[in-house]
Amino acid sequence: MDTVESRDQLPKTGFAKIGEVLSAMFTQTSGKIGLILLVTHLAIAIFANFLAPYDSAVQDSNLILATPSADHWLGTDNLGRDVLSRSLLGGRPALVTTFFGTLLALFLGGFVGVYLGFTGGKIDDIAMRVVDALLAIPWLLLLLLIIAIFGSSPPVMIITLGLIYAVAIIRIIRGATLDVVAQDYVTAARTRGESALTIVQYELLPNVLDVVLVEGAMRWSWMLLTFSALSFLGFGVAPPTADWGLMIASSRNYMSISLAPVVAPMILLSTLIVGLNLSADALAKALGIDRTRTH
Amino acid sequence: MSNQSLALLRADDLSVGIDGSLGEYKIIKDIDFSVARGEAVGLVGESGSGKSTVALSLLGYLGGGLSKLNGQSYFGDEKIYDLAPAILQRLRGGRLGLIPQNAGQALTPSLRIKAQLEEAIELHSDILQADRHQRLIDLLNYVRLPDPEVILERYPHQLSGGQQQRVAIAMALAGEPEALILDEPTTGLDVTTQAHILELLETLRNERNLAMIFVSHDLGVIARVCSRIVVMYAGEIVENGPVREVLRSPAHPYTRGLLASIPRLSQVAIPVSMEGRPPSPVERISGCSFAPRCHHTKDICRDQRPNLTEINSLHKARCHLLSEIELKPHSGDAQKRLPSKKGKMTALLQDVDIRYDKSTFFSKLISSKPISVATVQGVNFEIHSGETTALVGESGSGKSTILKALSGLVPASSGRIVGADGNDMPATVEGRSKEEKRRIQIVFQNPDASLNPRATVEEILTMPLRLYENLNGRALRDRIVELLFDVRLGPEYMRKFPGQMSGGEKQRIGIARAFAARPDLILCDEVTSALDVSVQAAVLNLLVNLQSRTGTAILFVSHDLAVVRAIADRVVVLYQGRICESGPVENVFAEPSHPYTKTLINAILEPDPDRVPTLLADDVTELSPPATGCPFQRRCSRNIGEICNRESPPDLIDDNLHSIYCHLNINEL
Repeated sequence: MDTVESRDQLPKTGFAKIGEVLSAMFTQTSGKIGLILLVTHLAIAIFANFLAPYDSAVQDSNLILATPSADHWLGTDNLGRDVLSRSLLGGRPALVTTFFGTLLALFLGGFVGVYLGFTGGKIDDIAMRVVDALLAIPWLLLLLLIIAIFGSSPPVMIITLGLIYAVAIIRIIRGATLDVVAQDYVTAARTRGESALTIVQYELLPNVLDVVLVEGAMRWSWMLLTFSALSFLGFGVAPPTADWGLMIASSRNYMSISLAPVVAPMILLSTLIVGLNLSADALAKALGIDRTRTH
Repeated sequence: MSNQSLALLRADDLSVGIDGSLGEYKIIKDIDFSVARGEAVGLVGESGSGKSTVALSLLGYLGGGLSKLNGQSYFGDEKIYDLAPAILQRLRGGRLGLIPQNAGQALTPSLRIKAQLEEAIELHSDILQADRHQRLIDLLNYVRLPDPEVILERYPHQLSGGQQQRVAIAMALAGEPEALILDEPTTGLDVTTQAHILELLETLRNERNLAMIFVSHDLGVIARVCSRIVVMYAGEIVENGPVREVLRSPAHPYTRGLLASIPRLSQVAIPVSMEGRPPSPVERISGCSFAPRCHHTKDICRDQRPNLTEINSLHKARCHLLSEIELKPHSGDAQKRLPSKKGKMTALLQDVDIRYDKSTFFSKLISSKPISVATVQGVNFEIHSGETTALVGESGSGKSTILKALSGLVPASSGRIVGADGNDMPATVEGRSKEEKRRIQIVFQNPDASLNPRATVEEILTMPLRLYENLNGRALRDRIVELLFDVRLGPEYMRKFPGQMSGGEKQRIGIARAFAARPDLILCDEVTSALDVSVQAAVLNLLVNLQSRTGTAILFVSHDLAVVRAIADRVVVLYQGRICESGPVENVFAEPSHPYTKTLINAILEPDPDRVPTLLADDVTELSPPATGCPFQRRCSRNIGEICNRESPPDLIDDNLHSIYCHLNINEL
């Protein structure tokens, strides 16, 4: 009897697996559009320093609310700053903060959700009532309160947004876990006497991972909107920094004179959100197909 | 075709498939058969053979992505595929009825039976509003549902499986059908319920002169109610003939194999299984679709697709070698089972009661008294190493609950469960030691749910080996390959995911995982009920061989008495969580004594046109056991009154082997 020596035919793991999922997403129209939008936005955010023609903070008092020209493709704002440069850089605060915020929410929500779904019983009963109560709190008010007390520095924003979004994620992941816990392979692991950690790691997490990922992509887009809304309301990023929400807020009074300072960040924000939503959608489909694979 | 003019429902060279950018793929190929008024035709085949697709395509109903490629389906003179959608819609559910497989899922859960039946009447008949209620009552009476007025007010979940099936039949009858298509009408029902439903359908066919098509994987059902059998394989008809002829002298090698793989009560042996697996629906086959699995294959079989060839005017088969293969029943080398040597005790249940505590966290806050029903009561039996003990009974008999108590998933509320070391085992799995857990392993009913879909076979088998034996590296891999070899799978399976395997292969992995722990006792919960018969025999063989090599005890839960007869040494017959009879399998089966055992055995359907089941007990599904007396008192045809209803029946046989719990005198049984 020969044993298996080569592992090259083993099912794809790690990067190969990610590649497989990405290509499955790319075969769908929505996934194609979503991924292109998302990658473009990430590229803009990363290379904004090289792409931006001007320093985003430099004011030119001779060019206030200038219309688009060869020098300033999108014109200038009310302080004479280049709109194109500010728009390209304006996504950074939102993307960075919400990326880490989403990660935090996923880790927290995912861990607590899987734990509650697996343990069940009284702990689960009580915890879920607490979650219900937390979900009933108007989170925007809560957010404003926390910012008023602790300020709006990135760490505060990441932790606050992460915690608020984790509550809803707990609910979703717990539900997904309940489905998996009822399966016979989890029963088999329990009667075999596997430790709770092993069951969570080998039997539960791999089977709720798709839900976690799709939730993550969805929540990220919502968190982006929340962050921009806060900036728009004046509670987010502090003024000289370029930020879409802030740009829209400060330029909207001059809309009758020049549209570009408002419209440019709006288009960028909405394409990013649409890109994320479409990608989340395609990811769900790609992973769903993956779940029942038969090839 | 002589009876073509009489045919009510007819498929004429009908092919259905995918017509895509890659060309045509026929899912069902050149289907040609007909059903006359008053005739019942059975459409049989294993899962994936296309039998349901054929049935639905006769109605002009094609699933997503499928289209008709050639041929036609006729209902009387109407060409189904040429009808306007509106007319077709009126026809279906009206003159052409369909009774779906799972009535529980076919009925809307949120509507009362009354509303659902009324809708059928409204859509498919001209009965005036005022007369509708009477019509509803008549329909329910006709399908022999007791208390129609009460049933009408119920929701589907408040009815038993048999009652739901009767409602579905009543619903189909509301449209005054001339033809009925029944898709696995009794699959999932208890044997006694099944026998009653089939009897009802038989009466229906006679009284209303209905044309019926029975789609089923169960040749026993077909033998009971059909006059003709159409055998499907890989989307085509491989044999078509009168029931008696096909069952007694099957012509096609596939039909023979299928018949040989069915376990029978009269034949105490594990039947032969068919090798290989059916081709996938999109595989292009140039020759005979059965050639890769056939024992007689010649060159012509691989190159040329055989035609349906006449054996006589009524009997046809699709085989090149009809004249060469002798027309005789398949004489397989069924594996006779040697009685196992009774070994040491591996588990003992003594006066075990199990109650499901139905209280929730909140109801506990309100009242301190748990509301509970004794699901299982006073169960006693012993399991010995090397032996197979079978638990049999209808759904709700507590078979699975006893398994759960043994594995510690549901704690026994009183009584003792003693392990192999002679000590009482803790009631819950959490309370048991690693060694106690290792001794008892489970093989589950549904192979799809019992394997982690995200883990490879290697990972699945690694879990118990790492836990109990701390194996790793080379030793681990060698042991996995050995386990795979034991269940007749090659080492290449290590890399496969459950989704890439067939049901039978998945179940083998489930068995390998259980044996990996080197347990004393394996709990098998309906392990073959989700598998095709042709695969079932192979899995049973595997279990028995592994058992005789390792000396493991098996507790085998099954509703299939023929399977139990083939592999068990001892049998425990349960009704409503109480033991009716227990003893060596020969004693219990050869001369069934207890009224309930008799009822069960008499209701069995076998692929034998001459065997008619006898219906002894009423078809009533009891929701809870009686508080006192014999558990079977309400359905027993030989209830002798007061004593049966009040006192628990005594054991009539005074030895340690066989027990019959009944109030009747032993000589009267």
